Amino acid sequence: MTSFVWVVLPYAALTCFIVGLFWRYRYDKFGWTSRSSQMYENRLLAWGSPLFHFGILGVLLGHIVGLVVPETWTTRLGLSEEGYHLMAVTTGSVFGLMTVVGLLLLIYRRRSTPSVFRVTTRMDKAMYVMLGAVIAMGMYNSLVVQLLGGGHDYRADVAVWFRSVFWFQPDAALMQSAPLSFQIHALLAMGLFALWPFTRLVHVFSAPVGYLARPYIVYRSRDAHGSARAPRRGWEKIGS
Amino acid sequence: MRVMAQMGMVMNLDKCIGCHTCSVTCKQAWTNRTGVEYVWFNNVETRPGLGYPRLHEDQEKWGGGWVRTSRGKLKLRAGGRIKRLSRIFSNPKLPGLKDYYEPWTYEYDTLLNAPAGDDVPVARPKSLITGLPMQIRWSANWDDDLGGAPEYAPQDPIVKKLGDLVKLEFEKTFMFHLPRICEHCLNPACVASCPSGAIYKRAEDGIVLVDQDGCRGWRMCVSGCPYKKVYFNHRTGKAEKCTFCYPRVEAGLPTVCAETCVGRLRYIGLFLYDADAVLAAASVEDEHDLLEAQRSVILDPDDPTVIAAARAEGIAEDWIEAAQKSPVYALTNRYRIALPLHPEYRTMPMVWYIPPLSPVVDAVSSTGADGEDKDTLFAAIDQLRIPVEYLAEVFTAGDPAPVENSLRILAAMRSYMRRINLGDERDESIAAAVGMTGQTIEELYRLLAIAKYEDRYVIPAAHVEAGRALDEIAGCSLDFDGGPGMGGMGVFGEASGTPASVETFQLTKQRAEADRYDDLPESRGAVDLLTWSGGEAPPGMFPPRRSAEQDEPPTEEE
Ligand code: HEM
Ligand code: SF4
Ligand code: SF4
Ligand code: SF4
Repeated sequence: MTSFVWVVLPYAALTCFIVGLFWRYRYDKFGWTSRSSQMYENRLLAWGSPLFHFGILGVLLGHIVGLVVPETWTTRLGLSEEGYHLMAVTTGSVFGLMTVVGLLLLIYRRRSTPSVFRVTTRMDKAMYVMLGAVIAMGMYNSLVVQLLGGGHDYRADVAVWFRSVFWFQPDAALMQSAPLSFQIHALLAMGLFALWPFTRLVHVFSAPVGYLARPYIVYRSRDAHGSARAPRRGWEKIGS
Repeated sequence: MRVMAQMGMVMNLDKCIGCHTCSVTCKQAWTNRTGVEYVWFNNVETRPGLGYPRLHEDQEKWGGGWVRTSRGKLKLRAGGRIKRLSRIFSNPKLPGLKDYYEPWTYEYDTLLNAPAGDDVPVARPKSLITGLPMQIRWSANWDDDLGGAPEYAPQDPIVKKLGDLVKLEFEKTFMFHLPRICEHCLNPACVASCPSGAIYKRAEDGIVLVDQDGCRGWRMCVSGCPYKKVYFNHRTGKAEKCTFCYPRVEAGLPTVCAETCVGRLRYIGLFLYDADAVLAAASVEDEHDLLEAQRSVILDPDDPTVIAAARAEGIAEDWIEAAQKSPVYALTNRYRIALPLHPEYRTMPMVWYIPPLSPVVDAVSSTGADGEDKDTLFAAIDQLRIPVEYLAEVFTAGDPAPVENSLRILAAMRSYMRRINLGDERDESIAAAVGMTGQTIEELYRLLAIAKYEDRYVIPAAHVEAGRALDEIAGCSLDFDGGPGMGGMGVFGEASGTPASVETFQLTKQRAEADRYDDLPESRGAVDLLTWSGGEAPPGMFPPRRSAEQDEPPTEEE
């Protein structure tokens, strides 16, 4: 059971995530969009969306630091466990709070604005349930366990397990020793990643960072892709 | 010098009767789909008026187009790249649906299904956005023909700018119709605003298109365009815009809006321009110099050095010839009577307008004076400040001189031609008064008044191998029925059909099916992802279903 949950499931989720993204990109580029609903409603979105996005991007950064960077590295930089804990809890709470407030606003907006609710798909609903659950458990961990409770050094177990998955030597026993709420958070997150490619969340992978470096005016030649189809046999261009 | 070719259009506003035929035919061709109900790639506004979307000219509010910084550089009015990216999560300058209008239908069912009785059944309006009953309070043309002008016209940003001048004399009212399409700018702000680089200018003919597969729904282009001619398809989550009817233009046919124009007032042809000079021209300091800068970017197609440079860039002979015969070049640069729309946005718009003389003629005639006499008209152009200054705000960043010049040429043409019609001898002095000769006036008259189809539209066909050309024509949305976006919403959002408005995505269902027959023998079992439009399973992916409903569109989801 333990090895199913902490060895088989992560790979299943990861496969679903990667293959799903590949599939979606190949087969449904047209559906690959943030599907903005700002035209319908702007008052709530103007607060909810930036709050949520800046929050979740901060949270994402926190997860990278917490899960990917081994404890030994930060210790070597002279950061004690207590110091790290303090930093993680404070920044985590701020970004987490922004995320939660933003998400609540977004969900309320989706439900209460008739035009927005009308274009909410089943996948949107599933995505919000999963995303909400992951965030809720994450907040429980940071506020109840880390801040109010005694705290748990997840970098000694959860983070090591997380990295072990990517070395293809998953160590299920490590997760066993983590508090149940951490286990649930990790499990839900796996579910979210499995669902990811089939929701609007694919827009995250199109974050337009390239915009900062490209020339303003884009020219494209009609010939370069005048046809979306590869030339049929016998119609190839000269020299190709 | 880097010579590029650009499709351009000129509209002769004196002839526009505001019939909206162009808008309707364009809509039938391109935007009669779910998600773009509110979209008019071509719209006709009455000026003075609010326009569509409402008050779109108020760049203080919408932040569209470019501005020149104090250091002489061009910058998008909405700010630098980082500033704009930081606002991607909620675009503060995005017009809401209400700024266009909330599209609606009527509950026609109640007319048909009402039980017999004394009450006359009514079809109540129902929003196409919320599905709920609604009050109709605004549309794309609510202030048509100055309807409601006492309330709306004073809000017109130009009327406001001209201030008391207009308020005082509003009784002596004037109006004209302004048909607007995308300007297919040389320095397009929409392209520059797109974070994913999905909007592009075609290198061959300068048509600005949205790659529907590349658009990620960041909706920065909508606010970036100062003319508000990029629209957001609120169901597919992708931007769409006027395509200059590229499938028709590639085949040498005029755009739908031009072809169907009742006033026959549109001209389509090629410009050759110097792409290297665009940025400098768009950055000149004085806004009043923008018109001349824009004209100077356009090259003389009869100049041997230009021809040589065009050849060196690989522009084909028949395109160079078409540029020489181009009616739009003649009107903008040879006769210099066509003016760009709002050059102060610094996008170098390529749809030009001949300003209307009719407000002046009407004013003159209403006083009982001779509306065809040169001196009377010239005097009126000088004295009737309102039409001239209003037109100047629209076409020349407020500089009345070029507008006066265009109007004087039109006035001179009027009185010169009247003498001919009446059998009097030609009066060269009339032509000389506007720096022309009688001969050029007659040429201009022929172009403006009696030009035949092939003189108004000089459109060289695109150069492609035969097979490709057929591809493009088959991709025209005109023959695409059951259209995209009409299949309702799938689990991922709007059904992933797409308009043919899109270069990489022109493969319509029909074509995919035709291909299946052609390709099956050699490619059995192989899945051709490139011909798949994203909605149903691609051909060959799964064994054929036995049921007959295989091609039924996805049903509407609640
Ligand atoms: C890093 C780059 C990101 C960018 C540029 C971005 C951009 C956007 C944009 C433009 C929208 C549409 C808002 C509208 O309706 O107008 C959106 C919606 C959304 N984004 Fe992001 N996003 C990013 C990252 C993320 C991340 C990391 C998540 C969560 C894991 C996320 C979750 C969502 C959700 C749930 C919505 C839907 C909001 C709603 O309409 O209810 N985004 N995003
Ligand atoms: S008018 Fe057309 S080309 Fe110019 S900025 Fe607007 S959408 Fe782009
Ligand atoms: S050129 Fe074509 S797409 Fe553009 S406004 Fe005219 S008819 Fe519509
Ligand atoms: S069809 Fe021609 S005359 Fe009629 S509104 Fe359009 S541009 Fe004007």
